[in-house]
Amino acid sequence: MLDRTNLVYRYDGSYQGFLCCVAECFADKRLPQGVQPLDEPQATLFSIKVVETRPELARRVEKSLVQRISPEAHRMVRDGFLTCMEDKELRLIRFILLGYQHGAKVTGMTVNDDVHAVNKALLYLKNEAHYHVEFIRFADCGGFLAAMITPNNMVLPLIVGHFCERFNTENFVIFDKSHGMGFVYQTGERPCREFFYADSLELPEPSEEEEKFRNLWRLFYDTIAVEGRINHKLRRGNMPMRYWPNMTEFQRDPD
Amino acid sequence: MDIFEKLEILTDAAKYDVACTSSGVDRPAQKGKLGNAVKAGICHSFAADGRCISLLKVLMSNDCAFDCTYCVNRRSQDCRRTTFTPQELCRLTMEFYRRNYIEGLFLSSAVVKNPDYTCELMLTALKALREDYGFWGYVHVKAIPGASPRLTEKLGLYADRMSVNIELPSGQSLKTLAPQKSKEKILAPMGQIRDGIAQNSKEIVRYKAAPRFVPAGQSTQMIIGASPETDRQILALTEGLYKIYRLKRVFFSAYMPVVADRALPALNTPPPLLREHRLYQADWLLRFYGFSAGEILDDENPDFNPLLDPKCNWAVRHMEHFPVEVNTAPYEMLLRVPGIGVKSAMRIRAARRQGRLDFDGLKKLGVVLKRARYFIVCGGKSASPLPMDNPAVIAGAISERGLGQQKMEPPEQLSLFSPTREDGVKCLTGQI
Ligand code: SF4
Repeated sequence: MLDRTNLVYRYDGSYQGFLCCVAECFADKRLPQGVQPLDEPQATLFSIKVVETRPELARRVEKSLVQRISPEAHRMVRDGFLTCMEDKELRLIRFILLGYQHGAKVTGMTVNDDVHAVNKALLYLKNEAHYHVEFIRFADCGGFLAAMITPNNMVLPLIVGHFCERFNTENFVIFDKSHGMGFVYQTGERPCREFFYADSLELPEPSEEEEKFRNLWRLFYDTIAVEGRINHKLRRGNMPMRYWPNMTEFQRDPD
Repeated sequence: MDIFEKLEILTDAAKYDVACTSSGVDRPAQKGKLGNAVKAGICHSFAADGRCISLLKVLMSNDCAFDCTYCVNRRSQDCRRTTFTPQELCRLTMEFYRRNYIEGLFLSSAVVKNPDYTCELMLTALKALREDYGFWGYVHVKAIPGASPRLTEKLGLYADRMSVNIELPSGQSLKTLAPQKSKEKILAPMGQIRDGIAQNSKEIVRYKAAPRFVPAGQSTQMIIGASPETDRQILALTEGLYKIYRLKRVFFSAYMPVVADRALPALNTPPPLLREHRLYQADWLLRFYGFSAGEILDDENPDFNPLLDPKCNWAVRHMEHFPVEVNTAPYEMLLRVPGIGVKSAMRIRAARRQGRLDFDGLKKLGVVLKRARYFIVCGGKSASPLPMDNPAVIAGAISERGLGQQKMEPPEQLSLFSPTREDGVKCLTGQI
């Protein structure tokens, strides 16, 4: 394995920028101490190297992941980048190095520390994406549906396909407040589907009709539980409380 | 009566039905229609009782002509009665669905006037939902025993899943508690649906455009604890239903006393939740772990062990098969090790091709060593802290009381294992 320098890479935080960090590390023939996005507060202990994002270089790195390791490993890196794993960039770089050493076999080395860490993070991503497919709530804003989410991982790219199919008759927007990114879908002859970045998203006040269906849903939610079997622990186990604030059934007027 | 009151009454009357799964069929979206269906099913919320909410589970009507002793809707009960119009039901389904509250509709009904009339009511609503409103999501419909086969068949063409409640675990109990029903009346539509599904899958092979009949299969449920059957009888019945009627799921419902009657448990009897929990665990062993009912319970042990789940219970009574070497044991044997679930067994099978496994590696693959260590060796080494020659000692070590002194209140027990989560997603990972 390569030695470590006392350098810290800083990059623009994009996936392409990250792939350029991978290339940088190869050129250096050494692992950095850390890899950080530019918008993170700067740690001063180490010297800094700002890695420039070059789309052409990123494409070449991506291609080599597919060809020299495997399509599966490439997918793991791409999705791994969406996770909130600690030191994710460094972990992924170590995973890639291991891949260059062992080839396609690397994805099966499930008991190796780095592979295990990446798999664990991917599982969390997948689970959180699934939770969002389940618990995301839309509101009818007159002409379009809108949903707000606050995930730990960047789940949006993993879930929009599901809603584009299912809601092909609807215009909708999903906004990820934690990462400041959103997705719009517009029906029509040639449907538009697009990711966008924004700090926040303003939605209109709910209409009377919208309030009516929210209240009907809350009524259904309260009525369907069987009193003799109330089990809060089981509910929390199946539906972690961190998702509740965005769910209609838990958004109630205080009175 | 306004829609709020109707929804409240018809939800309240439907809530004792356990099945709420939306699983069993992959139906791709169709342009211009709202919705699709995914095979694993999707839960959309969990109620305060911890059970999954996947479908809008309501009755078409609670205005029942029958008088089943254990039921809240029976004729002789004094309560508010109402019936949805097809439009009300369609609107609710569509509006809930597009807000991602639900995965579809679960429609059941009390017997209004007679079984055929009830069936016609449900048919009108489902036809409107599919054809006028263009709803393409999941529909589970309850067949009404005693309705004419022609109507049952029509219902099946609009539904993804159909079920007939077997209600009670024996014909004798039905006679006592549900005098207007009979084993024959219940099993007739069950057989009809089975044959309809078989016939339909032949037609689909011949010409693709054939309408699909109940593509997600059929399920049933029975009430546990209202009548005197043993666990062994119930499990044998369950196995038979899977084999003979090719059901996708059998659900169990711990009896909640809602009615005072000499033939029923007293009103203050707590629902037998632990027993229900054990039945679901055993059901998993039947469906995913290659066990037969006769292995799980027999004449010597006709009821479940309250302290050990059925898989552990089997293992400590068959120590002659253990310990197994994880690096070489056949997959079927790995599945029988307490602490190794379906997922970890599959992971072990894949990982050991890459190299020898040790205990640390097993942990990373999701094996619960706390239980598994008494039943496995790894590269010839054992990690058991106890001598292996006395099954009773091992049973004590892995019993649920031994696992961190949990309280034995049944509702707490349920959190160890959640049978109500959708098929396939979490259930497969259930480490039993
Ligand atoms: S027919 Fe169904 S709804 Fe009517 S009393 Fe019997 S169980 Fe209840």
